[in-house]
Amino acid sequence: MNIHEYQAKALLRAEGVPIPAGEVATTPQQAEAIARQLGGAVVVKAQVHAGGRGKAGGVKLAKTADEAREVASRILGMTIKGLTVQKVLVTAAADIASEAYVGIIVDRAAKTPVFMVSPAGGIDIEEVAAKTPEKILKLPVDTRYGLTSFQANRLGFFLFDDVRKVRAAAKIMQQLYTAFMKAGCSLAEINPLVVTPSGDVVALDAKMSIDDNELDRHPELEKLRDETAEEPSEVLARNANLTFIKLDGNVGCCVNGAGLAMATMDLVKFYGGEPANFLDIGGSSNPEKVVNALKIITSDPSVRAILFNIFGGITRTDDVANGIVTATRQNPLKVPIVIRLTGTNEEIAVKILKDNGFSAMTDMDEAVQRAVAFATGSNGGPAE
Amino acid sequence: MSIFADKSTTLIVQGITGRDGSFHTRQMMEYGTRVVGGVTPGKGGQKFENTVPIFNTMADAVMETGANASVIYVPPMFAADAIMEAADAGIELIVAITEGVPQLDMARVFPFVKEKGARLIGPNCPGLITPGKTKIGIIPGRICAPGKVGVVSRSGTLTYEVVYQLTRAGLGQSTCVGIGGDPINGTNFIDCLRAFEEDPNTIAVAMMGEIGGTDEQEAAEFVRRHMSKPVIGFIAGQTAPPGRRMGHAGAIISGSSGTAAEKIAAFQAAGIGVARRPMDFVPLLQKRLKSRRGQSVRRVGRPAIRKTAKRVAKKAKKATVRTRKVAARKAGKVSRNATKLVRKLVKRLRRKSGRKR
Repeated sequence: MNIHEYQAKALLRAEGVPIPAGEVATTPQQAEAIARQLGGAVVVKAQVHAGGRGKAGGVKLAKTADEAREVASRILGMTIKGLTVQKVLVTAAADIASEAYVGIIVDRAAKTPVFMVSPAGGIDIEEVAAKTPEKILKLPVDTRYGLTSFQANRLGFFLFDDVRKVRAAAKIMQQLYTAFMKAGCSLAEINPLVVTPSGDVVALDAKMSIDDNELDRHPELEKLRDETAEEPSEVLARNANLTFIKLDGNVGCCVNGAGLAMATMDLVKFYGGEPANFLDIGGSSNPEKVVNALKIITSDPSVRAILFNIFGGITRTDDVANGIVTATRQNPLKVPIVIRLTGTNEEIAVKILKDNGFSAMTDMDEAVQRAVAFATGSNGGPAE
Repeated sequence: MSIFADKSTTLIVQGITGRDGSFHTRQMMEYGTRVVGGVTPGKGGQKFENTVPIFNTMADAVMETGANASVIYVPPMFAADAIMEAADAGIELIVAITEGVPQLDMARVFPFVKEKGARLIGPNCPGLITPGKTKIGIIPGRICAPGKVGVVSRSGTLTYEVVYQLTRAGLGQSTCVGIGGDPINGTNFIDCLRAFEEDPNTIAVAMMGEIGGTDEQEAAEFVRRHMSKPVIGFIAGQTAPPGRRMGHAGAIISGSSGTAAEKIAAFQAAGIGVARRPMDFVPLLQKRLKSRRGQSVRRVGRPAIRKTAKRVAKKAKKATVRTRKVAARKAGKVSRNATKLVRKLVKRLRRKSGRKR
């Protein structure tokens, strides 16, 4: 789960990381009031879950409170990478002498959190890694001991020469690490970490992603979730305990298991179609889940055909069949449906479907081809 | 033969009285797995299905039963502790089925398990099955058949799909291992490939990877350097958008790294047969195994056995069944494999020298 910059900053501030004062606003008038309160120049920053906000015009400097209102009115409501800006952060502007990058990720290969720092901050770290890898220091942390002082110092000395700044940076590393572990993050970034002309080290931007698996342990963090910043169908799916990701195609897919779901989407593409979504109904299938899944898929107007691909291991295919029948009774389908199921209780499932006027297939390859044909209209007409 | 688990494996189920734990314990027992005990704190002294003793702690369970493996069905927030408890009790093979274990928990667990010398499979995995012998986890037994293809995968149902196709085509499996869909897992592709390469009963390997991370790329490099057996690979997620977690916590393209294209290219560079669709595994495996038989007998078996067997075979040109057996025994410890090898080599020598039986 990604959280907004202002939320990440609040978590970091709680650990003592120096961050310029600021508050979040949802209207231009609020932005003006905050700017007036802060006094002096402010930066108005769009709060959306997308990179490259600056380039998209979502970050602007305002010298006066009036200007802050005017800038905020332009940023609020604009779309950045398909996301509408609903909130802005109004924060005191800081003078910048130099910029550095500080980040922690849970590294898959090292199987532990790894610090990544670079004196070349303020820009895309992937670009730095690709072009000038020598400007990045990576340091794995053993979670049993935490970030030790000598490690924090080493990171600090990689960024700065002046020992006062090194100490300040090392302290920030410790605070960042504490926040990272407390919230159960998979990623935390301060980019840029700046040095002001007077020699202070402060964090100007912050990004944090929280491991979804930690949320049960941290109900207070779950509250930070901004559902307005997400695709509505994905919110609906999450509340129904389904894993759903909206895509741009027209073949609606409903599959059990993430690997098989991905393979099904790939196969749709292989046969010239485009998947409309990723949807995993998970291991244990109750008919209710299938009903919700169908609701979500059919709410997408671009879906031209629906494809069910169920391999019954733990999932009982008769449960899925019952779900399909119930759902279509409530809301008759307007697009053709192709159902492939095989495995546990296959015979019962096929009978249920046949009795209710559906045809069932057992071969994945054929089913996908058929669904693609329906979606592209190449052999026309609905199945029934 | 098989990898990681066979008939000698004795199993403790951690979380045996839970909904999933009890259901799958019954399934495993039906399949023939030697379930010797279960652990549910507070229910020690009771019996599961009137036969399997339940213990309060893993330490008790291992002390009483001498089990060497455990399988974990406990909820995600307690899974990390259950893994450590198993490793601490001296369990050699720990299979964690639980989905949703926090990454940072795994970061803490991993060095501990390593120090204890245990092998951890998972978490968020379907476990493993050695068809006809034992299964640990949730892979449905009836879709598998005993045979010689090793299967390793990051997925669950996709694995079932492929295994089922293999079984129907007459390609049985030596062992199927699901290593799990999490970014930090105990056993990776290379661990399994190495074990399959060393397993005399495995003649080919099917591997199913997916987007995210670099495990498949490293596995490809391992195949190129160290594998003599044919490997067929598949990558799920060719149509996955970057930056989105595709169901599995580990299936995410971060930035430009971990894409399907990158992994497929690594497979191709390593000589791994690339299955574009799940249904391509069967024909590709059949083709590789067939061409292998025609191409060269020399490539079969371990190098040391191969060398001795060749020498012995030369001497035993006029080999009778008895001398062949003797020759085989000289050739190496894996007598069945070596006997076959010598027989093949003798045949070839005969063909070469134009002799007939």
